[in-house]
Parts: sequence; C-alpha cells; structure tokens
Amino acid sequence: MGVELSRRSFGVVAGLLGLAACGANTGRGGSAEGALRHWYHAYGEDGVQDAVRRYAAAYPGARVEVQWNPGDYDSKVLTALQTSGVPDVFEAQVKVDWVRQRQVVPLDDLLGDTRGDFVRTLLESQTVDGRLYGIPQAIDTQVLYYRKSLLDKAGVTPPRTVDELIDAAKRLNTGAVRGLFAGNDGGVGVLTAPLLWSAGLDFLSQDGKAPGFDDPRAATVFGKLRDLNQALLLGSPTDWSDPGALVDGRVAMQWTGLWNLPKITAALGDDVGVLPFPRLDAAGAESVPVGAYSAMVNARGADVEAAKAYVRWLWVEKAEYQTEFATAFGAHLPARESLAASARPLRDGPGKDIVGFVTRGGRIASPARWSARANTALSDAVARIARQGADPAAELRAALDVARDEIARLDR
Amino acid sequence: MRSRTTRTFWLFVGPFAVGLLLFTYLPIAWSSYLSFFDARNTVTPTEFVGLGNYVDILTDRAFLDSIGTFTVFAAFIVPTTVVLSLVLALLVNRIRVARAFFRSVFFLPFACSYVVASLVWKMSLFSGVDSGVANTVLGWFGADPQAWVGTVDPPLYWVVLVTARLWLQLGFYMILFIAALQRIPTHLYEAAWIDGASPGWQTFRHITLPGLRGALVAVLTLNLINAYQAFDEFYNILGDSRGYPPFARPPLVYLYYTSLGSGGQDLGRGSAGAVVLALVIALVTLLSGRVLRRPT
Repeated sequence: MGVELSRRSFGVVAGLLGLAACGANTGRGGSAEGALRHWYHAYGEDGVQDAVRRYAAAYPGARVEVQWNPGDYDSKVLTALQTSGVPDVFEAQVKVDWVRQRQVVPLDDLLGDTRGDFVRTLLESQTVDGRLYGIPQAIDTQVLYYRKSLLDKAGVTPPRTVDELIDAAKRLNTGAVRGLFAGNDGGVGVLTAPLLWSAGLDFLSQDGKAPGFDDPRAATVFGKLRDLNQALLLGSPTDWSDPGALVDGRVAMQWTGLWNLPKITAALGDDVGVLPFPRLDAAGAESVPVGAYSAMVNARGADVEAAKAYVRWLWVEKAEYQTEFATAFGAHLPARESLAASARPLRDGPGKDIVGFVTRGGRIASPARWSARANTALSDAVARIARQGADPAAELRAALDVARDEIARLDR
Repeated sequence: MRSRTTRTFWLFVGPFAVGLLLFTYLPIAWSSYLSFFDARNTVTPTEFVGLGNYVDILTDRAFLDSIGTFTVFAAFIVPTTVVLSLVLALLVNRIRVARAFFRSVFFLPFACSYVVASLVWKMSLFSGVDSGVANTVLGWFGADPQAWVGTVDPPLYWVVLVTARLWLQLGFYMILFIAALQRIPTHLYEAAWIDGASPGWQTFRHITLPGLRGALVAVLTLNLINAYQAFDEFYNILGDSRGYPPFARPPLVYLYYTSLGSGGQDLGRGSAGAVVLALVIALVTLLSGRVLRRPT
C-alpha cells in the first residue's frame, strides 16, 4: 500500500512537473527578470549579429537579450504573437491582422520631430488606419544587375522597356550563359510586383480599398513574363537572393538584392551595371521594390512602455547605430534621409545609381493590406500564365475575385 | 497480482497514451473546433462562422486542384511502388549469395532523411547546371541539359519528385514483402512442384500472390495514405518559405501555407481543409480496402 501510494504520487508529481515544464516553456528560460527580449531574423551578412548584440548591451535603460532566429523567421513571429509575451521587441513588416487582433502597439509617439526624416513611403507601409506600428530599420531593394562586357559583346544596350529586356535576355542567351536569372520559379516570386508597376498598376488601388490590377494591361504584362521565360536560367543551385548565378558567369543579367552589391562588385569589378525594372510603355514607370523590416513592440509583452523606450533609443535616437546597421555589413539604405549621405558604399558607382532608383521609383513591395491569401492567388495565376501558358485573362479574373474577398474582409 | 499487472500495464502504456492524447487527439479535437471559427492568427478564436470555412475551402480552386492532382499522383505512385518493391523483394529473397548485403543496400535509403535526400536530388542529381549528374548523363548521349525542377513543359519536375520518393520508400515496402514471403510455408511450393506446377509465373500467381494478400493490403493502404500526405520532398524540392508553385502542390503543403505560412495564419480555413483531407483519405482507404478484400 505504502509503496503503491508513493509510486502513484511519484507518477502524479512527475506528470505535473512535465505539464508545468510545458506551461512555462515560453522562451523565457534562463533570462533575467525584467529583461527585454529582442528578436531578429538571421541576416546573411557577417557582423550583423555582433553589432545588434553590441547595441543591446549598450542600452542603459534595461537589460536586453537578443535572439537570433535562423530559418522561417516570419512564421515563428506569427506563432509567437498569438499566445506569448515573448519577444518584447521584434523586426517584421506590419500586417493588418496583427493590428485587428491588438497583437502590436502603435508607435507614433516615438518619432517626435524625426518623423519627417524617415522615408515617407516606408512609414506609410507600416501604417494601418492612420497609426504607425513599426519603426523602419533599413531599406532593402532589388535591381537588375548586368555584365557590361557581355552586353557589349552581344551588341545589346541596357534595356529600358520590358520588350527591350525580353529582347536583350534572348540575345544574351548563348546556351552555356543564359540571358537572365530571376529565381528558380521563373521570376514569379520577385518580378510580379515590378511587372505590375511597369504597366502603371499595383497590388492595390491608391486607397487600398480595391485590387490594383483589374485592368487588361495586367494580362498583357504577365504575358510578357511568359515570353521572358524562354531566356531565363532555371534550376540554379542558388536562388535569386544569392549572387552566385551572376558571379559564377552562368547568366549575363540577374535580378537580385542591393545587399549583394559588395559581393558582386568584389567579383566583377567594373564589369557590372545596374538598372531598375523597366517600364512596359509610356503609361508605366521604372521601379524598384522597397521593403523594410521595422522594429515592432508586442502588445502582450510584460512591460510595453519599457519596450517602446528601448525601440525609441535604438531606432530613433541612436543615429550612428542605424547608419552602421544599414551600411556596414552588405549594402542597405538607411531608412532616414539625413543618414543616406553618410553611407560610403552608396556614394558612387552602382551604389549611387541604386540610391537614385529608390528615390525616383521605389515602390512598397508588400503593402500591409495585401494579404497572404490574395498574394498566393495572384502568384498562382502568374505562375500558370508565365510557366504553363494558361490564359492570362481567365487566370487574373480568378485572382481578382480572391483579392476582392480578402480586401472586403479586412474592413468587416 | 492483478493490481500488479494493471500497474505494469499503465507503466508501459501510460506515457505513450498520455503522449498520444496530448500530441495527437487533443490537436485533432482542437483543430476540428478551430475549423468552425474565424481563427486568423489565433488559436483561441471567438467568432463562430459555422460551416463558412468548409464552404470556403471546398470552393477554393487551389485546394481542389491539389486534391485532384494527388489523386492522380496516388493512382500512379501506389501501383508503381507496390510492383517495384515486390519485384525487389522477390529478387532479394531468391538470391543465394550476399542476401543480407542486398537487403541492407535496398533498405538503407529508407533511413535517409527526406530533407537531405530532397536537397541532394534538387541541388546535385537534378541541378539545372551542366555539371549536374542528370545533365552529365544527358550530355553523354548528346542531349541538351535540362532545368529539371524548373521545367514545366514537359513537367520534368515530376521526374525529380517521383525518383526521390521511390528511392526513399521502396526499401521499406520491400522489407514488408520479404517478411511476408518468408512466412509462406515451403511445403506449399513443394506440393505445387509435385503436382506439376511450373516454377515461375504459375507458382507465383497461385501460391506466392495469395500468400502475400495480407502484406499487399497493408502496403497498398500505407502507400495510399502516404501519397495523400506527401509533404517533405515536395516542399523541399519545389517550395521555400516564400511560396510554392501552383502545380504538384500537395494538399498538405497548401494547408501548411494557409494555416502556418509566413504571410498570415488562417487556422480556421487550414483546419477545415485538414478535416476534409482526413475524410478524403479515410474514404479512399475504405474503398480500396473493400476492393482488395473482396474474395477472389
């Protein structure tokens, strides 16, 4: 009897301990009471992790623990925000659903008189219903890199219209070297937005209340991607976000990020030029997509005010950190106009050109009101049009239906 | 004595039962609950929508497409896997020398991680560069290099997906068949031989195959469920955290992006889809079981 009881109670205690361990597993294990937890995704450039840990250690107001998150960071943040007070501070792009579910807090009061200094379109992209939820950290953009020598050899001038781009890609396509690389999915992922802009269209209408591609020109421009697919490199071991295809000489042109500029110029020297995505015709415009992770504050955090104070210190007050963060490791643009001038890699050459593209034709790559479901519907349509030769008009009609549905849902 | 047996029973079964309850039955129940709510970015939803998510997912072209595609996929991959693994089992079972060696060689791929195999298939064997293994082989015959994973017309990505799956799975089903083959009593073969049955097809058709009936049903059923639950090699070969093309998209991959993807988590619709998929699998399995168990 005695033995049985103690065994039973042992089982109960062990079970409870197990449950308690589950319940307490909020990621706080081992951290000091009152510390702020700050999450970043894993930046590919060397030195970023050390830098952000250094910034956190320098904060006088509280102890800050930085967590570096390799892998599918965005999904991890989404999951954490649903139930947990961790992280207190994190980087992400604002989503309307987070605001509707009060998972993040407004940060308008942090900017003060620096508001005018931040790139306006960036602030707008992090604003929902007139309130700002993220402080932009740095600007990322993507451009068309090309090998000057290969274009010269083929007698091709740098393309300024979509038709010229298709023509250039085809003429540069020599078998061993393909014309253009824009991702192993045939450009569906990264060129959908620039193609819309090239035709003067967008994901959403100006006021964000309707889809922005309800126009026959959308069918025309995605049909061009079908044409372009004949000259694209596919099946590369590295994807569009890596400079490998261009640097290793597998393509004459590659669509990839500004962040690869240092690696590309190191490998190719002067033999590289940059272009924005060309326009379809006179009604469209040259463009580059602009994206920015922003610092956001979790509404469930243990001390929201302390988290906000830290965000203000790091991303509003400490200008020297912001400059270093944006420009010292791989190339990004500072999110504030006053800091752009001090960014050395961007003062001349391709870097300077890219600053010009962003100023003249920078467009928000993922607006807060453009939902994941709408995006899947559109990219499915574009993939079927460009890769499988489906009828553009019919495919886009189906995508429009989903997009309208999703936009209506946001305002219900 | 009796209570001692009971205690022992719970000691051994208890942890497993608790795990099953916590990590299988509870999530299934919770997921079914979520499927009746507007559960975007939350697991504790408040807005009841009735059958709304079910109507949504059953009119969702992408989801229906994926179910359709994978019904066709199952119709192809299940018989292929069964026939090839049965042939392997017969060969390995007959061989007189180094039988254990061949059994291990064919079984080993099953021990390989799907993710690792997918990456090897995508980045090395079927890489689009000229130096990829498949393209090197094509080169010997003077053929042009192919982009494999990136080639949609003709859909060469299926070659990559199907070979990866066969390589990973054949060994496991082969072992199941070998086990069943070894349970067929040898005296049946001797009797047949004495009665004048010719070795080869006649013996196979009238003794081996009936003896394998149980194993066949098991392998077919497992295979069928596996085909609809395809995820690992598809996700790792064709997809990434940013998205997945609209073709060869397994239902689970679509539901993964819907309910857990990085753009926004619609757990209500995702759960409704999971329930629908579970019903489809149950239905197909029941039907196939009924057809297979019919007395000949």
